Amino acid sequence: MPEPLTTIKGVAAPIPNHNIDTDVIMPKRFLRTITREGLADGALADLRFHEDGTKQNDFILNKHPWDQSKILIVGDNFGCGSSREHAVWGLYQLGIRVLIGTSFAGIFYDNCRRNGLAAICVDHALRDHLLKVAENPEYCEIHVDLANKEMEDHQGTHSFDIPEAIRQDLIEGSDAINTTLNYADKIRAFEGAYWG
Amino acid sequence: MVSLFQKHLGHMPSLYEKLVKKHTVTDLGDDEVLLYISFHIMNEYTSPQAFSGLHAAERNVWRPSAHLGVVDHVNSTRRAGHGDGDEAAELLITNFIANCQRHEIRYFDHNDDRQGIEHVVVPEQGLAVPGQVIACGDSHTTTYGAFGALGFGIGTSEVEHVLATQTLVYRPLKPMRVTVDGDLNAGITAKDIIMAAVQKIGADGASGYAVEFCGEAISALDIAGRMTVCNMAVEMGARAAIIAPDEKVLEYISNRPLGPYQEKINSLRDELFDLQSDADAVFAKEVSINIKDIPPLITWGTSPDQSIAIDEQIPLPESLAENKRGDAERALHYMDLKAGTAIKDLAIDMAFIGSCTNSRIEDLRAAAAIVKHKKVHSNVRAIIVAGSRQVKQQAEEEGLADIFINAGFEWRSDSGCSMCLAMNDDVADSGTRIISSTNRNFEGRQGRGARTHLASPAMVAYAAINGCISDVREAQNA
Repeated sequence: MPEPLTTIKGVAAPIPNHNIDTDVIMPKRFLRTITREGLADGALADLRFHEDGTKQNDFILNKHPWDQSKILIVGDNFGCGSSREHAVWGLYQLGIRVLIGTSFAGIFYDNCRRNGLAAICVDHALRDHLLKVAENPEYCEIHVDLANKEMEDHQGTHSFDIPEAIRQDLIEGSDAINTTLNYADKIRAFEGAYWG
Repeated sequence: MVSLFQKHLGHMPSLYEKLVKKHTVTDLGDDEVLLYISFHIMNEYTSPQAFSGLHAAERNVWRPSAHLGVVDHVNSTRRAGHGDGDEAAELLITNFIANCQRHEIRYFDHNDDRQGIEHVVVPEQGLAVPGQVIACGDSHTTTYGAFGALGFGIGTSEVEHVLATQTLVYRPLKPMRVTVDGDLNAGITAKDIIMAAVQKIGADGASGYAVEFCGEAISALDIAGRMTVCNMAVEMGARAAIIAPDEKVLEYISNRPLGPYQEKINSLRDELFDLQSDADAVFAKEVSINIKDIPPLITWGTSPDQSIAIDEQIPLPESLAENKRGDAERALHYMDLKAGTAIKDLAIDMAFIGSCTNSRIEDLRAAAAIVKHKKVHSNVRAIIVAGSRQVKQQAEEEGLADIFINAGFEWRSDSGCSMCLAMNDDVADSGTRIISSTNRNFEGRQGRGARTHLASPAMVAYAAINGCISDVREAQNA
């Protein structure tokens, strides 16, 4: 069951490239596992590390203070490509709790919801503003509040929209299967008619 | 219920909306429905954590007969066997088989001559049926749109949800229509049609939409071609793709080993009039493409929408929309290409024909027609992984395998995803330039630092012969 998430204050890092795909977020060599654990090293691995395993010092998440990031400000269509939920598990295990972008790929977006990682869509103007804010080591701390659907940076407060059902799931850390099994009778009735 | 559909799905239903409505168990409010999943496919790499979650919560599989397991992502395709000594692959495969056995779920593993890539195997066995909802922990589940089924990819948590409840909490998409008109010219394939659509619509242009493909060019395609089109719709962000089923679909699913009985096919024939969008259906987005002038396409960058015609030059970043320039520059650097130069005649190191996009018998026939009586260029390593063992066997019976083997292609003994995503032992070295009949040219997709150019199987075959990216129309006109 996901950890509930209502508010979070933390360093935000800018990852401005568009179409960051799940092959980049979690390269396949980390996928050969039957558990959810141990994926922090894999998150954005080819951007964070050289082939010999040493750190890419010029990558944002390897620099202070962004090495403490809990929030990523991302380019359009983040999480496109493969359905691998390992991408979300890895980001979460790296300490990321919120992603803010203009659009997320559908499967990735659902995977975030099911793991207590808030993926928040904002318009291009606000995203571009947040990219600039996050670039500045002095002001890159952002406060995200799901209860009030607001985020605050050093310049002020911005409201955001998020589908209500998803917001509730994030705040409650709800177990979707448990909730659905409350409809077991309806599912059985549907099946009776469907399969004839 | 009514309000939800009226608000979000338009008054006059599209085929997509009809299928969502038909499979809605109950309206959950907040723009979500509980959607019934008719059929669910699993593979060995996105299901293990779903099963372990199910076991930890001491839950059962709701309807074991509505699932199929297929080993395809991590298995070696070099010789029959498990992971071929690869311990991680062995563990994924044995764990998967144990999970399927424990819950009495049918599965095709390396011992089964029906094994292959899940999206090739399922239609081949007759398990993709018009009007159904099909889910799978793989983004290319959009493939089943070719049958007039609603297919979409899901993550591992949702795999667990389907196992436990046979449903998903579903947020209906907006309907979008892509009309493809014009006659198919020689050398132009379904792959070129979908690459043209992805290029025009963009890598996220269909994000949040379910895309219905229609038009004379789509009707003219065979079912394999329609599968290729629906398969790659996800590369423009579409969570679902669909094509209204017709007589060709019914013919395709008739007499398949696990397919519907004739009686069911007859009743489906009666339903065909309803398994299409209403004439006045409202689409939230419409795109038209005329393929009359489409030349063979090839990608130059690291996103599937970064493609050009074979006779075009690699674009100058400054010629692109401002928000695409940075990505183009990064892609050119990764691909080691120079803007403003021709892509034709660019030397390649490898050629790969395979994947759920283009590995069916029709694809192999198209490639073999190019390869016949020729040799793979001495600088090129060329590999073919048939989409399934059934496809492989048929290709051997038709003499296609001999054409490939005599030309110098590696003709793999087993089937699977292999070098499409390089999760098995088929991993390209850094800097290797590959022309590939697959679906993704992402950074690192076929190996860290490997450079992928996507194209049709015939284009891949012709490049393998010439040792460089080439215009397949030259071979076909010769």
